Amino acid sequence: MVNKYKLVILCLFACLFLGGSQSIAQDVADNGKCLKCHGQVFYEYDNEWTGQVDRKPLNPFHHIDSVKMHQSVHKMFACIDCHSMDYETFPHDGELRLEAKYTCMDCHGGDDTYAKYNFEGIEEAFMESVHFQASEERFNCWSCHDAHGYELALRNDKSIVEVVELSNNMCLSCHDNKFKYGLISDDQPKQINEIHAWLPNQDSHFKKVRCVDCHTNVQKDVLVSHNILPKEKALKNCVQCHSANSVLMESLYAYRAKESRESSGFLNAVILNEGYMIGANRNQTLNNISIGIFSLMILGLLVHLILRFILIKKK
Amino acid sequence: MSDKLYLYPVWIRIWHIFNAVFFLVLLLSGISMQYASPDFMLMPFDVAVTSHNVAGIGISIAYFIYLIGFVFTSNKKHYKIECKGLIGQLITQMRYYLFGVFKGEESPYPSTEESKFNPLQKVTYVGVLFVLFPVLIFTGLPLMFPEVIIDDFFGIGGTLLTALVHASAGFFASLFLVIHLYFATMGASFSSNFKSIINGYHESH
Repeated sequence: MVNKYKLVILCLFACLFLGGSQSIAQDVADNGKCLKCHGQVFYEYDNEWTGQVDRKPLNPFHHIDSVKMHQSVHKMFACIDCHSMDYETFPHDGELRLEAKYTCMDCHGGDDTYAKYNFEGIEEAFMESVHFQASEERFNCWSCHDAHGYELALRNDKSIVEVVELSNNMCLSCHDNKFKYGLISDDQPKQINEIHAWLPNQDSHFKKVRCVDCHTNVQKDVLVSHNILPKEKALKNCVQCHSANSVLMESLYAYRAKESRESSGFLNAVILNEGYMIGANRNQTLNNISIGIFSLMILGLLVHLILRFILIKKK
Repeated sequence: MSDKLYLYPVWIRIWHIFNAVFFLVLLLSGISMQYASPDFMLMPFDVAVTSHNVAGIGISIAYFIYLIGFVFTSNKKHYKIECKGLIGQLITQMRYYLFGVFKGEESPYPSTEESKFNPLQKVTYVGVLFVLFPVLIFTGLPLMFPEVIIDDFFGIGGTLLTALVHASAGFFASLFLVIHLYFATMGASFSSNFKSIINGYHESH
């Protein structure tokens, strides 16, 4: 009898785990054949000419982080869904490098499924951005967004610090990497710390605020503005963030603001979930109490002073 | 004719001047940051941050020097509080400020070389110098390097808590400043106490 129960429980567990693994398998495409080389730093192949197994370093620009890929929004796609089927043969045909790449709009444009992301608005802003204006066709979605590892940050439950890190790493992947920067420009990237030397508490700003929060204007119809401004037009006035009407509430914190701690009595309370910002976080009750106490004190001292003067005059 | 007592030695006067200047800068820049707005600013935000930091370091160094002077000179005798009968003394002094001063009464605890402060002054100065100052310094310095502050303190953000304590202590310090300035007008004449802290000589009533 006991053994029967054990068997039923074992079957239930088996169903649970098998079911789970099946659903994972359904979500993630099997790209093992490609990742066997492209997921490695070094790759090996049988050299039919020499009869030996060769080991070569993979071009870092062609390396895919398989862990990131399996967590990305595109994890369900097979490599050949976006790349030519001819890549299935090795060695790859040299002409394949001339293959035109898809852009975001090729899949997401004009599709109601993705209407909430407003890809059209993103494209419009991107076309106005200093990146596109300066280099046109050479600068595309993939210059910033890693198609093989892109994940939603703000819309998922990632902390603001993680959101900031992911976002800023996109910018730094070029602006702190002369090889990737060189794909777009003949110049060398400038030292980020040096060109932001004017910024107090640089470290804190870089960890808590995205580059795009200062280097774009708020674009109300998309979550992250894609119109990167020329450096002269970047936000430099501290009080645009450090004030009751902080612009960060319309950009970095716009999505989370809906879930803010409205009852806490603090202005821009959603920021308090992740930290504190001088000027932007004030407690209205404490403000009122302090103004009340200060006013009463001034009134008391004024009455005292007037009475002293009256009595001195009488004498 | 009033008597003159030498109550404020040179080092105290120098410290007091530096302390006053730093205090004013901290107060104005602190208010400017706390109530920062694109429409109204006492001073530009970056100027407020820098001047607050510089004045904060300045006042901390001045405070440290004051503590050395406090320990190694006889100045500490003026801050000795006798608990016995203190409540009664405080009530007597408050009654004088609230009523006696208007009747032309003599101060119940006039300044002497042995005790330059009345009981209410002693309690206030001890509170400001040995409670409020350390609180302001020990919350202000970490705010200059917010990365050293713990993220979470029993469910409250560490930086928020530190900033709240700092701003609250700053508010009490601003109350002290206004009261201190007003009571300074209650010397032998309206301006005598202000002169005293410059020349060192206290003018009795």
